[in-house]
Amino acid sequence: MSCTEVNPGASVESVLVTTDSCENFEQMSSSLEEIKNYVGKSPEVSDSSTSVDNLEESNSLNAVGSDDDYIRSKDWLEKKKHIFVLSSAGKPIYSRYGIEDKLVTMFGVMQALVSFVQDQNDTINCIHAGSTKYVFLNKNHLILVAISKTEESVPQLVSQLNYVFNQIASILTLTRLNKIYEQRRNYDLRRLLSGVERIIDHLLNFYEIEPALTLGAVQCLSLPPSIRDTISSAITQACSKIKNLVFAILLANNKLITLVRMKKYAIHPADLHLIFNLVQASESFKTVESWTPLCLPRFDASGFLYGHVSYLAEDCQACLLLLTVERDVFFTLSEAKHKIVEKMRRANCLEAINESLNSTDGTCLNAGFPELRHYIYKSKSTAQFHQPEISAPYINNTERLLMLYKRAHRRLHSVGRPLKLLFERSPQEAVLAWDTRGFELYVILEPLIETSAAIASVGKLLNWIKKREDKLFHLNAPTF
Amino acid sequence: MANGIMKTIVGKLVILGDGGVGKTSLITRYTQKAFNLNISSTIGASFFTCKTNIDNAIVRLQIWDTAGQERFKAMTPMFYRNANAALLVFDITCLDSFGNMQTWAQQLKGNVVEPMVLCVIGNKIDLSENRVVSREEALQYANSIGAQYFECSAKEDQGIGQVFETISRDLIRLSSDSSVKSLKVYEGDVESALMARSTDLEATDVGRIEEPGISIDSIAHAKTVPSKCCY
Ligand SMILES: Nc1nc2c(ncn2[C@@H]2O[C@H](COP(=O)(O)OP(=O)(O)OP(=O)(O)O)[C@@H](O)[C@H]2O)c(=O)[nH]1
Ligand SMILES: [Mg+2]
Repeated sequence: MSCTEVNPGASVESVLVTTDSCENFEQMSSSLEEIKNYVGKSPEVSDSSTSVDNLEESNSLNAVGSDDDYIRSKDWLEKKKHIFVLSSAGKPIYSRYGIEDKLVTMFGVMQALVSFVQDQNDTINCIHAGSTKYVFLNKNHLILVAISKTEESVPQLVSQLNYVFNQIASILTLTRLNKIYEQRRNYDLRRLLSGVERIIDHLLNFYEIEPALTLGAVQCLSLPPSIRDTISSAITQACSKIKNLVFAILLANNKLITLVRMKKYAIHPADLHLIFNLVQASESFKTVESWTPLCLPRFDASGFLYGHVSYLAEDCQACLLLLTVERDVFFTLSEAKHKIVEKMRRANCLEAINESLNSTDGTCLNAGFPELRHYIYKSKSTAQFHQPEISAPYINNTERLLMLYKRAHRRLHSVGRPLKLLFERSPQEAVLAWDTRGFELYVILEPLIETSAAIASVGKLLNWIKKREDKLFHLNAPTF
Repeated sequence: MANGIMKTIVGKLVILGDGGVGKTSLITRYTQKAFNLNISSTIGASFFTCKTNIDNAIVRLQIWDTAGQERFKAMTPMFYRNANAALLVFDITCLDSFGNMQTWAQQLKGNVVEPMVLCVIGNKIDLSENRVVSREEALQYANSIGAQYFECSAKEDQGIGQVFETISRDLIRLSSDSSVKSLKVYEGDVESALMARSTDLEATDVGRIEEPGISIDSIAHAKTVPSKCCY
């Protein structure tokens, strides 16, 4: 292909920490401290000696236990992907489907498996049984398990488990989580997580419908660059005198509008995804101003930031988060928010945001690419991506679209045999995926397209994006 | 004076009680005339304002709706410190919430210096077939701490207006008590009284709060931005 030098949306400085999307998130929130703890600690043998005998016993219990009715119900068995969280002592913490209490036996089995393998000084990562994958993520005090019949790869499942772990850390901080279990190994963590199930449920669904999490990138709301700059400077001006403000984040509809940051610090896309998820999952942020403690595990897993969280206005449903390390500056930030909204209103930014949110003409067809059905373009140096409006035939089948992207992503980033370029044709569609130094591009095309025509289209598409890059991406990295 | 308003009183109200008893539902019912069965649990605290006209006065309330979930306990003192009124809410169908509310009340009494208006609220009376806390028991408890007792339903919009009317009247009364310094009184109808609020939380929140988990000292350990993209 002739157009590798076209690299839309590239930028030297980025508001986001740039990760390679193939990075598996294994290290996600192990701050230095956790790693130290982990190494320093000899495995606790006393409780984990549950051996194969017990395992069998549990299994036979399983067959007679009346509390297991739901596990054997058709509905439960047919779920494509189960996610469980338990403490390393085997206490249930979270189950995506069904009530954890009813699944006690199963949690016991999972804990036994993990500790059985651990006793052999090994770690269990995954078990394949037919088309079902059992994937384990063993953190210091928590065990996370995915049982999946989807075609997602083990790294993709591990990444989801990491997101769940980070969500829990985000609620409690890692420091507190560790402290709790160091004091009481048998602690029932659900006491501290009531109300959080809903956020985790939402996060897991988010992963299914949002390519952002698989890509490790964030989508920006498309806006004229002058508008985005005006918004950023409204924020910088209103906040310039406020000490210890770390991030100001404006988002709408799971898209980033702008992010202003303290010098030296950037936010990790995975942390931003947690924020997006929290905002979307929390009806209670609407119509009020909230003061919310929030730990961003990839930023610092040991402590909280405090967030002034509010929607801009009744007539503009964009959510503004002002994150600081000070726990008592609510009113200062509340005032700043009002100033920001005033400035934005005067400069017609609210209208511009609404216009972009309501626009439906962003399909491939409208952009003059009838042969393309959909695409995702990720700029690596900014950890941002762009995708057009979803159009036929995927409007009511976004799941399939996502599945195609996940599959292509998996092939490009396969640990054993990573690919640079992939072109695949099925009776339903053709898929082209391309990994370069600067970007990743995934394109879904009409199934009968000639290879040469597909390549020509991709070249044209890259130029098209390049021309609009300052509208589609947040290319400045403004600071306070 | 225009429309006969003699004074405006600006006070702080804090809402305390277990997670799920209906604190947010009560205040949104009152301030926004809405009820949502599917509302999400409060994270941290939410700030509301509201205005009530009573006799010849206007009472403007700055309201902190706190999160009742256990993990936020350490944060709550910063919201009740310097409050002029408190709603102590429990769910009449949940005995634990009644017990825990009493712990909140004790904590509040131990930490607030100035006299304040206290109301105990038994919420969810629309579910009275599941009632486990009797009216008498709750009333007796309220009396014992010098609070008034109300029964409400945020769902059916019962009893809530009365709560806020009582609080407003009591705050007006309290405003002539010379020992009460944190209640602000302005002449006439002061529209902007609420704007002059920026010092409130800072000025009052300097006390000790025990909280092992909530430490932000370590922020400096955080990752710094790589100066260039990483490949
Ligand atoms: N039947 C009934 N349900 C209510 C009533 N008030 C609140 N609820 C429901 O109780 C649940 C919890 O209500 P919230 O208002 O979120 O409770 P909260 O006290 O704010 O809870 P936290 O924010 O977690 O502290 C929601 O499902 C409400 O719909 C009521 O008067 N009657
Ligand atoms: Mg609430």
